[in-house]
Amino acid sequence: MDTVGLNSYLLVAAMLFVCGVVCMAVKRNGIGILMGVELVLNGANLNLVAFARYTVLGLDGQVMALFVIVLAAAEAAIALAIALNFYNNHLTIDVDRGSELQG
Amino acid sequence: MTLEALLFYLFAAIACGSALAVVLTDNVVRMAFWLVMSLGAVASLFFLLEADFLGATQLLIYVGGTVVLLVFGVMLTATGPYVQIKTTPAEMFLGAGVGGLLLLVLASTVMGINWENDVAHALGAESEAALAADTTVDQSGTTGRPLGLAFVGVRPDAVGPDGAATRPGYLLPFEIVSVHLLVVLIGAAYLARAKRRVEPATDLLS
Repeated sequence: MDTVGLNSYLLVAAMLFVCGVVCMAVKRNGIGILMGVELVLNGANLNLVAFARYTVLGLDGQVMALFVIVLAAAEAAIALAIALNFYNNHLTIDVDRGSELQG
Repeated sequence: MTLEALLFYLFAAIACGSALAVVLTDNVVRMAFWLVMSLGAVASLFFLLEADFLGATQLLIYVGGTVVLLVFGVMLTATGPYVQIKTTPAEMFLGAGVGGLLLLVLASTVMGINWENDVAHALGAESEAALAADTTVDQSGTTGRPLGLAFVGVRPDAVGPDGAATRPGYLLPFEIVSVHLLVVLIGAAYLARAKRRVEPATDLLS
């Protein structure tokens, strides 16, 4: 309890990851799903930085985390453009309405 | 309890509680607020992990850029002042069950491994020597310069006994990611542009 180890950080990251996965699965708002993706990527980032601090991974973990941040920004931009197009076509952001390809 | 442990428990509680609030609330704007709280707490955890450059980047790009982008998305897709698309209680129950089970699996996995001893054994003796060499460099808390050098392909922080670098540089992935970001932003601007209706030619003539 007195010293914080690798386990504590991994538990926090697992909590963030699970919250993001549930958010992606449960939300019907398209923007809410994007927020779930951000939570998942943050959990993964926290794992990478914790391993960089406590194991032999060293600086490489932080480099990977920086790549994840940049790719998450790119993903948010392109997903938002898709969400705007979805809204223009359906006049709602409810992802359950996008069922044209349903067989 | 040391100050570091106290700060860790504070920011871990903020991060986990805000992430839970993102899942539980239905209002999109409040979800964005709780997301900001969670990401800020994770940035503080990065500072606690001696990754100062990464924490600053998290604050600048995530909290300052990505979340603002999401809030713009909320603004552009809102049909009313309070956008609430409810999830049914059955879906919420199912999601909570699956999420709880997933959390149980992950937590039991994390707690079941003795990271200090088992992992070092599994990685072998040479990486233990590398660990001893690395920890002397990496604990200073200023990671801006080694990170920048790693991105241009120079690794002065991981030099073997013969003077050769033992870890790879990241110049090629850096270039790939930068070109990828450029292409993605051009594509996003193309996808999200305002479309003008083309008037039929007969309207112009009449």
